[in-house]
Amino acid sequence: MGYKAALRVWRGDAGAGELADYQVEVNEGEVVLDVLHRLQATQASDLAIRWNCKAGKCGSCSMEINGRPRLACMTRMSVFSPEETLTITPMRTFPVIRDLVTDVSFNYAKAREIPSFTPDPSVKPGEFRMQQIDVNRPQEFRKCIECFLCQNTCHVIRDHTENEQAFAGPRFLMRVAELEMHPADTADRREIAQDDFGLGLCNITKCCSDVCPEHIKITDNALIPMKERVVGRKYDPLVWLGDKITRRAHKDTPKVPGKK
Amino acid sequence: MTQAPEVPARSRAQISDRTFRKDPWWQAPRITATLLTIWVLYATVRVFTGHWYFVAKDHYLTPFYSPCVSGECVPGSSSLGQWWPAVPPVIPYAIVALVFVLGFRTTCYYYRRAYYRAFWRSPAACAVREPHAKYTGETRFPLIGQNLHRYFFYAALLIGILLTYDAAQGFRGPDGNFGIGIGSLVLLANVIFIWGYTLGCHSCRHITAGRLKNFSKHPFRYWLWTKFSWLNARHMQFAWISLGTLMLSDLYIMLVASGAFSDPRIFN
Repeated sequence: MGYKAALRVWRGDAGAGELADYQVEVNEGEVVLDVLHRLQATQASDLAIRWNCKAGKCGSCSMEINGRPRLACMTRMSVFSPEETLTITPMRTFPVIRDLVTDVSFNYAKAREIPSFTPDPSVKPGEFRMQQIDVNRPQEFRKCIECFLCQNTCHVIRDHTENEQAFAGPRFLMRVAELEMHPADTADRREIAQDDFGLGLCNITKCCSDVCPEHIKITDNALIPMKERVVGRKYDPLVWLGDKITRRAHKDTPKVPGKK
Repeated sequence: MTQAPEVPARSRAQISDRTFRKDPWWQAPRITATLLTIWVLYATVRVFTGHWYFVAKDHYLTPFYSPCVSGECVPGSSSLGQWWPAVPPVIPYAIVALVFVLGFRTTCYYYRRAYYRAFWRSPAACAVREPHAKYTGETRFPLIGQNLHRYFFYAALLIGILLTYDAAQGFRGPDGNFGIGIGSLVLLANVIFIWGYTLGCHSCRHITAGRLKNFSKHPFRYWLWTKFSWLNARHMQFAWISLGTLMLSDLYIMLVASGAFSDPRIFN
């Protein structure tokens, strides 16, 4: 059974924009992206939307639907009542290119700052051996489709642009955690996680986990374990005392230099 | 040679609305704030009351007074002895444990989320603009002290053992032999949920095996980690239930100790 849905879509670019009202036909089984495509095809041919796979795996169609960060291709129209007006806006944390398309290059810059996988140089190619239980944890984080909904919803940068330099965001702190938990990695990113990637700014309110379309438990399995590792490196008085007594120096891996 | 057009400076979408969410996002923080406030008020009144905390006949000691280490504690209630003759009224009898219990709960990763959302509105709900102009998270004093959670966890382990001892004492009947009353079961339920909360703690999970890179080299620690991870996935539930059972077990013992009613005995 089809019906006409009321849509309020944010239209504009970096300069200015406003919510434009539309009435668009909806058919059974459709998702928000289908309706936006129909709007584009029938009433607003210049509407900009980023999309690709329509299967929740490419992470392109991230936007805010009725104020909630979601993938348009994975949001069924049936979750809204036919009388409801849908408000569709671009992700608020990132600069707008046009309409619903945002510039997410902030995330690529953050990704480049993280020291990459650092295996033991004495282990030759073909000699790596690891068991499944050792890689289960990093594998959960590899499910990330880089939709950046977690980055968008995190209030540390969403509500405080002044933190953009200091905070890498949940997606990239999860990347740090992934490498730290990798059984064959030898780098120590605990100090830079706190000092350079802003882990201390995270107050674990779990919005990143709430919006993740892959249902990755970002807070419980990546950010909090990473915070605990940082405690062991920076805030544990026993470790500090042991370092002083034994004059032990930590081999902290520095942030990748020259990357912003 | 053609010149590339200048790329305009990009900025965020100019949206002044705090949020477009239509669901009742304000309900959860309000409920959390109300429940936490009720609990804190109740606990504050109770720890300073100074009586109705021990039922000598049934050996029931409320968790809010364990260990009762002041010389003013009623006979039989001081399982760890009396460490000083008396304390001023502004100091609870179980001050030695309460400091750590409070520290454990306030630095707990779940409660942090709950009170940051409920009281500090940082943020009140996801994708709802927070009211603060500046935000430094847990990078400065006093919130950098949240990193002490691990040490409060160690203390909480000891307190858990003490509460288990108290619950076991509750299974002594009036004649000193084994007996079961409703109070025994209330204390037992309380201590089970306290352990569920304590062992599901994120710090416990980290210490057990979370800090390792290779689970396969430490099979026992890994096995423990899987069990604690199961509890950890239910940490919020255990946090609330154990808060409730603490209050209810104290309320029950207060009513029995004050003579409001006698503890119904099931056996001996």
